[in-house]
Amino acid sequence: MQQSVEQIRCLIRRHKFWDQAFAVLGMLCLMVGIVTLLALFSKLAIDGAPRLTPTFFTSFPSRLAEDAGILSAWVGSFLVMLVTACAAVPLGVAAAVYLEEYAPKNWMTAIIEINVTNLAGVPSIVYGLLALGLFVYQFGFGQSILSAGLTLGLLILPIVIVATRESLRAVPGSIREAAYALGATRWQMVSGHVLPYSTAGIMTGVIIGLSRAIGETAPIITIGALTFIAFLPPSPITTEFPFLSIQWLKAPFTVMPIQMFNWTSRPEEAFQLNAAAAGVVLLGMTLLMNGLAIYIRYRIRRKISW
Amino acid sequence: MSTASPAPLKAEARGLNFHYGAFHALKDINLPVHDRRITALIGPSGCGKSTFLRCFNRMHDLYPGNRYDGEIVLHPDGINILAPRVDPIEVRMRISMVFQKPNPFPKSIFENVAYGLKVRGISNREIIRSKVEEALTNAALWNEVKDRLQEPAFNLSGGQQQRLCIARALAIDPELMLFDEPTSALDPIATASIEELMVELKERFPILIVTHNMQQAARVSDYTAFLYLGEVIEYNETRKMFTNPDRQQTEDYITGRFG
Repeated sequence: MQQSVEQIRCLIRRHKFWDQAFAVLGMLCLMVGIVTLLALFSKLAIDGAPRLTPTFFTSFPSRLAEDAGILSAWVGSFLVMLVTACAAVPLGVAAAVYLEEYAPKNWMTAIIEINVTNLAGVPSIVYGLLALGLFVYQFGFGQSILSAGLTLGLLILPIVIVATRESLRAVPGSIREAAYALGATRWQMVSGHVLPYSTAGIMTGVIIGLSRAIGETAPIITIGALTFIAFLPPSPITTEFPFLSIQWLKAPFTVMPIQMFNWTSRPEEAFQLNAAAAGVVLLGMTLLMNGLAIYIRYRIRRKISW
Repeated sequence: MSTASPAPLKAEARGLNFHYGAFHALKDINLPVHDRRITALIGPSGCGKSTFLRCFNRMHDLYPGNRYDGEIVLHPDGINILAPRVDPIEVRMRISMVFQKPNPFPKSIFENVAYGLKVRGISNREIIRSKVEEALTNAALWNEVKDRLQEPAFNLSGGQQQRLCIARALAIDPELMLFDEPTSALDPIATASIEELMVELKERFPILIVTHNMQQAARVSDYTAFLYLGEVIEYNETRKMFTNPDRQQTEDYITGRFG
């Protein structure tokens, strides 16, 4: 059946209509997401801007909205993140190295692998409950920075493990064979080659994990972070021998998202502005961390390309 | 080509069988490796020549499901390097290997060559430095890289990277060196320089080389083994092999009638 040129053109017009239609529809769908986010962020920024002064960062929370600041919150967030990283990085990297390089490939490791991946999807409140029973009461760490850091460490452990495994797997077999061929043991191969070459991927995974942890509220509330706290944890550096103190680990604390939550639940309008300002700071922290992850990946990828 | 005079044996495969799981890859291989000679392994893809080569440094131990039977005896001490009680790491420290594709570590040129020494526990900087220079010189790379030893090895060209891998394998003073199609990823000029290098190196230790390139086997080797479907069809002096082989099948392969 021969179609006339006119018929073909008509057909093409009809096909192109749907092509264009989808382009418009897709654009609209994209806008719904982007515009909503942008609107939320602009509202937050506009509301919070007047409160974003240096004193906001150096003041404790207060009954008076104008005097209130986020000093205890950001210090708390920072210290909790420190504990989280110290817990999750060695555990996660070692577990991933074992799974990827040492463990025999059988049904046992297959089950463990599936479980690790699934752990990443466990609701964070469940980690909070676990931590309340285990860290706070069983181990007696109390409602402290240590408990919070370990909880969030558990929460991001699967992220660290998965990211580490992926970057270990990216190291080509020929590099492993080169090390083995020179008489390296498995540990020499891993520690001298595979791990250093995977640093970029591991760091990226860690930072993405931390940027998730810094915004977590539910598990921290569950283990009993304070919502109003007008003092800092004891300094890790002391004037007396041995000049280092780990008292801060046992200190009560608050973190940024809890401080925000506290302010938003206050009736006064002025506190809402404080919450907005704290939200801008928290978002800024997360963006900064993600940006750092991208930068590290870019820098090291440029040096090592397989 | 300086051959013909019977050289002492450096290694010898005796009744070697190798299995990848259920696949019987090498069948009853008997093959001598003469000291300070180049022995070439030729044959069509999948004939088992690389598999055979990788038995010599127990590379197969790295992967599950592989099984050796029979012996590869290393002289002069006469140990069977395939014996389960022999540590594969010890074997790899004595017999080094150059791979098909240049595989330098993403480290500096210097660190690449020094790595094998560090594995051997040598920590004296002066010794490492002089060993690295010696290895790079013997790999005919020293003059090209002596002013940029701290640069990443990835900055080198493909041929230079392969010579770097040779230097890395040389630095540990091997008793025997294995080359697994070392020039298949290189251009003709780089290939020529590697071939030249191998002929120089055989003054110091024997070389076992897998090659797809018939001319290469004819140019560099003293002995040649033709493998087909996991069996040694013919082993002979290279000169004899390429002019008047004993077996019809060898002649067919060499002249390109099959394979």
